[in-house]
Formats: sequence, structure tokens, C-alpha cells
Amino acid sequence: MTTQQQLQRRRPYRPPGQLGGRTPLNGTFKRRATIVGFLAPALIVLAAFVGWPMISALQLSFTDASGFGTPRFVGFDNYVRIFTNPNIVRAMGNTALYAVLFTPVAIIVALVLALMLNSDRLPFRGFFRSSLFLPFIVSLAVAAFAWSYLLDPQIGLLNYWLQTAGIRIGNVLQDPVLAMPTVVLVAVWKSFGFYMVIFLAGLQDIPKSLYEAAQLDGANGWKRFVHVTFPMLSNTMTFVVIVALIAALQAFDQIYVLTGGGPYRSTETIVMQIYQSGFKDLDLGFASALSYVLLIVTLLLSLVQFLFFGRRGEDTTS
Amino acid sequence: MTALTQPRTIPATNTRSKRTRDPVRWLYFAAFLVVTVALMLPVIIIVLTAFKPASEVNAFPPSLFPHQWTFANFKAIFSALPFGRLIANSFGFAGGVTLFALMFDSLAAYALARLDFRGSKILLIVIIASLMIPFQATLIPIYKIVSDLGWVNTFAGLIAPRAADAFGIFFLRQFFISLPRDLDNAARIDGASEWRIFRSIILPNAVPALMTLGIFTFVNNWNDLLWPLVFTTDQKMGTITSGLTLLTGPGGIIPQGIMMAGALIAILPLAIMFLLVQRRFIESVASTGLK
Repeated sequence: MTTQQQLQRRRPYRPPGQLGGRTPLNGTFKRRATIVGFLAPALIVLAAFVGWPMISALQLSFTDASGFGTPRFVGFDNYVRIFTNPNIVRAMGNTALYAVLFTPVAIIVALVLALMLNSDRLPFRGFFRSSLFLPFIVSLAVAAFAWSYLLDPQIGLLNYWLQTAGIRIGNVLQDPVLAMPTVVLVAVWKSFGFYMVIFLAGLQDIPKSLYEAAQLDGANGWKRFVHVTFPMLSNTMTFVVIVALIAALQAFDQIYVLTGGGPYRSTETIVMQIYQSGFKDLDLGFASALSYVLLIVTLLLSLVQFLFFGRRGEDTTS
Repeated sequence: MTALTQPRTIPATNTRSKRTRDPVRWLYFAAFLVVTVALMLPVIIIVLTAFKPASEVNAFPPSLFPHQWTFANFKAIFSALPFGRLIANSFGFAGGVTLFALMFDSLAAYALARLDFRGSKILLIVIIASLMIPFQATLIPIYKIVSDLGWVNTFAGLIAPRAADAFGIFFLRQFFISLPRDLDNAARIDGASEWRIFRSIILPNAVPALMTLGIFTFVNNWNDLLWPLVFTTDQKMGTITSGLTLLTGPGGIIPQGIMMAGALIAILPLAIMFLLVQRRFIESVASTGLK
């Protein structure tokens, strides 16, 4: 960013109230009205549907609200229930497992493809880039239909091909061990294109001279990757890791379609539990407490990101 | 097409012919093509299965291509679901959110980028901080507000909570500050109102950014499952995405061919939109990711 230039260009500028011949008071009032006018629509929406819900969810999480009758204050009961309910603890474990599987796999797939796409030796790079990005615009729910058909134990094409190759995977979506890797796979498929594009942008930012210098020093391809590409990509990498972790915490769509949380709750996640307890069981207080747990974990992760990118963050806000 | 490569792929003609004859290059290409086709398999299967007759969809051994192409699945999906209505709802919901969000976000972004006022920096930080709140975490209070307003199963209920969003404001603000100040300062000295400057100087110059944000917002909302699932209890108000899951979600059983026809229709508008602006779209996704 050309922040420095912008700052310098910004300083001498004064609002027209002081610039023109108008009286300051008149100018100030009109100016304030203008500023409010520009900001009001968005701020009202954000206050009503982000700010207030955040406060409200916290409030609700300390009550036994159910949508009927007057909610009673129950202190930390809901939070105690969260951490003593084996199903919720299980869902948290599942969410963590999902994140641990999803993040490295998505990143490795994305990084490998980005490195290949970045190579001068590959023709039609634009075509490949667009094709590989395509899954990102397909809805996770719709992608899940395709995957469930591909993996169908009787008529699934992928299952059939694997069988022909001598690999029997059976009904993966009904398998308590394999169901989770399968829903992760669908999510990886949907999102690798997004991370790939971010890596690609990061790769293009690495100065060519570094590679030339490494080549002069006799570094081979692998060494150039380890000593030039990887360190130069560390900011991008951190960004992608955190974004992927946050996305993993919110896993819902493809799981809802593919397994509904089963078999034996092996793919139930936190967001599935929020949906179930809040909108099916109408246990609003409990669901709000669970929401707050999700919120806090997400905020902590975001904070790590913010601290890590602290300097860059300042750049973008100035 | 090869936007990222353009500066480097215009070498002198002799190097070019040398490059096209490079066998490793074409080996590399072939390998990459295989990987890409493999990764495209789910999309390919949606397209091909949608045109298969039911007998072939369930046949063993399964085949990739239909032996006999049919439109029967497309007819069937319209009788299995109020599908025309769902398509209209998806356009209404995703389109409505996009329209309002672009309007409200750009107004707020303009104020943050151009109207220097006290507290603007703090406001921007608050907006950026609110980016970190996952919507799933505030879904229950949002639902309560929407239901208190009597907006469940209405477009108002689907659209209003998303009529502005922090990401959009931040994204457009970043774009607006990159536009040269001289552009609007000249107009300001000539006595043009801020509204006028916004409308006739800033917005026309921000069309690419508005388009990217618009497509991003449209795609996200069109594809969202949890949101329409929560705010519409009446099947007639659902979107394509939520409507299709009724057939396939827990307990739903439907012939796969019909499902794929529905899936294809759900993807089509986005795919067309994406193909039209793919290069610019991918590049701005990449650059926002890094900011």
C-alpha cells in the first residue's frame, strides 16, 4: 500500500467548511448532517443486526429462555451444561478434529497447485486458474449432493472406480471413522481454490531477483523452495492458516446434507449443535451460551491474526 | 486469460517457438490437465447425471456419460419442488442483499474514506473488529429480532439483517482511498455537494470494486444454507440451496438424477456470472485476501 503517500496527501486537506467562505458554524452543522446521512443506513443495520445481537446473545446465555414464558436468570448454568454435556463436548472434539484435518490438507493442496500454476513452464495458466477456482463458487450444500452420489456404495462412480482398482471403501458416510474425513474432503474441495489464489498472489510478490541469486549460489529447486519461497510466503501462510481455522470452526452446510451429524454423532459440530438446540429444541439460553463459546474462540483466533499482522493492520487502517 | 502471466509471456518470437517445442512443458501441461479434470469431477458429474434417464443413474456399473440424453430430470425437479418459486426467491434474496449492501456499504465507505471527521478512525476499527464475529454466533438474537418484527418467511427478514456488512464497508473504503484525492477536491472547490461528488465522481470510478463486491455478496448469499434454513419455515419462501436440501437432507429421499438437475440449475447463474468476470474477480479476491 502507498500509505505514506496517502498520508502526505491527506494532511493539507481541510473540509470545505473551513476552505470556502462559509461561516464555520453553518458549515459544521451541514457537514455533520452530511456525514450522518452517509453513515446512518449502514450503521443502523450493523447496530441492529450485529451489535445488539452480540449483547443480546450474552444476556440470553445467562437465562433459560425458550421462546415461551419469561426467561429466568440462571447464572452460569448454561455454560456448566455445555462443558458437562457429553454430546457437546463430543461436538467440540469433532470440530477440533475437523479443523486439524481440514487446515493442513486444504493448505497443502492449495499451495502445491499454486506453485505449479506459478511455474513458467505451464501453458494456459489462466484457464487452469479459473477452472480450479470454480469449486469456490459452488455452494457447499450443492457440492455435497455431487459427492454423496460419487461416493454412493451401490451406484457411486468414485466408489466403483476405487473398487476396480482394488480399494474397498464401503459406505464412507455411514462409517463412524471415515465419515469425518469425508465431510472434510468435501470442504477441502470447495475451498482450496480460494486459498490457492491467495497463495498465488503471495508467490507473485516474491522478487524474482531472490531466485536468481539462489540459482547463482547453486540452490536446486527444493532448496529454492525451502530457503526462498517458504520464508517469503510466511505472512500469506499465517493468514491462510487462520482464515482456514476460522472457517473450520463454522462447519455446517455439507455435514447437514451428507451425514446430518451422524453416524453416532461422529460428525456433529458446534454450529450443528447451535442449530439443533436453538432452532429445533428451542433451548435458546443454552444455544446462546454455545454461540458465545464459538464467538470467543473465533475472536481469540482473529486476535492472533490481528497481532501477527499488527503492522499490516495499521497500514490498512491509516 | 493469462492475466498474471502476461508480462512474461510476450517474449521474442524465437524464444516463443523454442518454448512451445519444449517437451517437458507439454508433459507438465498434460499432468496438470489430468489433475484439473479430476478435481472438476464433482461438477462434471452434476452436469452429466442431470441429463441421464433414471435407469442409467441407478445402473451398475455406473458410467460417466449418459448413453441417452434426456431432459426428464429437469421436468421432474419442477414437480418435486416449487422450483420456479425457489429460483425466484434465490434471486430475490441474494439480489436484494447485494443491492442494499452495495448501496449502504458504499455510502458508509465514502464517509470513512473522504469525509474526515472526528472518530472516523475509531469507527473504522470497530467495523473491522465486527468482521471477526461469525454470523452463526449471533443467529439466535437475530432470529428473535426478525421474528419480533413479524419478518420470518418474508424477504424483509432474509434481507434486512444483511443489508450492510462490515466486510463490504472495509473493502470499498480501501478502494476509495486509493482513488486520487484531486479528483474530488476539484469538484469540492467548485462547490459540489458531497452527495454529488459521491454519485458522479466516486461511484463511476469504483465500478470494478462494486462489481467484485457485488458478485462476492451475491454468490455467498445464493449459496448460503443455514441462513434461509433458519429464516424460512415455509417451503415456498426457501431458496434453491435450502430447498434442495429438503430433498436430500436428513430423511429426504429423491432420485439422484433429479437432484443433479436441481444442482445444475443452482450452479448455472453463478457459473455464468463467474465466467464473465472471472479474471478480475479472482484477482480482487486474491488481493483482498492479502490486505
